[in-house]
Amino acid sequence: MLSREVAKRVFAREFGEANMAFKEQDDQYAPQYLLTPTGAKCNRIFFVGTLIEKEDIGNDVEFWRARVADPTGSFLIYAGQYQPEAAQALSSIDPPQFVAVVGKPNTYEISGEIITSVRPEKIHIVDADTYDLWILETARQTLQRLKQLNEGGEDATKAKEHYSPDIEHYKQMVLEALKTISKCGEKVSFIDLSDI
Amino acid sequence: MVRDIAEQLKVRFSEMGLEVPLEEIEKKLDELINGFRVPIEEAKRSVLSQYAKERKSADLVKVKDIQSEGRWISLKTKVVQLWPSESELIAQSGLIGDDTGIIRFVSWVKSDLPPVEEDRSYMLKNVVTDEWQGRYSVKLTRSTEIIPLEEDIEVSSLVEELVGAIVDIQSGSGLIKRCEFCNRALLKGSCGEHGKVDGLYDLRIKGVIDDGQIVQEILLNRDIVENLIGITLDEAKKMAAEALDQSLVLDAFQERLIGRYFSIKGPRVGRYILAEHIKSAPKISDKEVTELIKESEALGC
Repeated sequence: MLSREVAKRVFAREFGEANMAFKEQDDQYAPQYLLTPTGAKCNRIFFVGTLIEKEDIGNDVEFWRARVADPTGSFLIYAGQYQPEAAQALSSIDPPQFVAVVGKPNTYEISGEIITSVRPEKIHIVDADTYDLWILETARQTLQRLKQLNEGGEDATKAKEHYSPDIEHYKQMVLEALKTISKCGEKVSFIDLSDI
Repeated sequence: MVRDIAEQLKVRFSEMGLEVPLEEIEKKLDELINGFRVPIEEAKRSVLSQYAKERKSADLVKVKDIQSEGRWISLKTKVVQLWPSESELIAQSGLIGDDTGIIRFVSWVKSDLPPVEEDRSYMLKNVVTDEWQGRYSVKLTRSTEIIPLEEDIEVSSLVEELVGAIVDIQSGSGLIKRCEFCNRALLKGSCGEHGKVDGLYDLRIKGVIDDGQIVQEILLNRDIVENLIGITLDEAKKMAAEALDQSLVLDAFQERLIGRYFSIKGPRVGRYILAEHIKSAPKISDKEVTELIKESEALGC
């Protein structure tokens, strides 16, 4: 039996900066992956954030485009007739609302630039506590990947070769995210984005 | 030809703890197949059962060693859980375990065995392994001997704990019907074994929990589901009846579970972790956040 792929945890900014999509076999049904700059090999992702906009861009049938924001940026989501559960959820949820999304990464190219988006399998309303848990978990796992970038793992090595990632940039992203859930957030000076 | 079958049988016998000379098996098979024109499968069955009766007790093994079907074994186990049997054919069914794992067992009415009690330990001599949908179980048969033990068998260090987000609820969850004879979940009102039956309602959830590193299938039975969701079996039946739609119950479960973090605990049974405890994951603590901020700041310094 084919085992189910783990849903990776990545922040929106890192996801948006990923552009390395590949398959490991030639077969048309072989799983698709997106390798992110810190070396997360994603066939599926799970994220929680705020649904900030949605629009039905379909002609005859509903085709939803939506955005879900996390502390670092936003995920772009497309759901049409082949994602009936998610499309139905999007038609009934009005922004702003905390949502959890399980979905597959997708990439397309516009004038030489790779755009990443998500083809959702599930979208459900959740609460702020769930959002906090996801931010903490994603920060922890991103930090873990950053630490492992130089340890020579297969995904880490591939990511380093392809992206030459700026560790400082992703470290600041993790810190920004963590500060949104930190009680002493007010005391800590906010990161100035223009410094990056 | 006959030799090949004899060799197969010899392997089966040695699995049963029985050493029979190959020539002896071959001779018996030859007599049945070539002498009396008995079909091959029937001849095999005949020879097998002749020896099975003479068999001494099968090898004592541990639960985790059960990796094939049709093997005769003995187990020293404790009865972990007895399930209500709604079948006239099943005397008892439930879970038994030792320090290496937990496995399902079935005792048939026709085997006419004394009943076992929950939380008591037994030596089960000569049980046969079975497989269904990728999960192993053991059958207590007519030739099984049940010996109560004084000692208390320690069960499964394999109780596992996991914190993660529920990312999927599989089909076959929600308000389901089970076959009244064998307790299997019905598919479109039909039992794989007993065909079209009326069935009895039950609640269960087959879910997928994922922590970003591993993904694990979990099974929640009726008690757990009722407590977690706060919908009883009777209420679920009512919901479905009013809406004329059984899937309404599943929708309600999905709304409550998918995308949320839970902490679950329970033994591993086949592909699943059988959740004996499940609760919402604790909220984040400021200590965790502060520590992670420190760890992040230290990166690359």
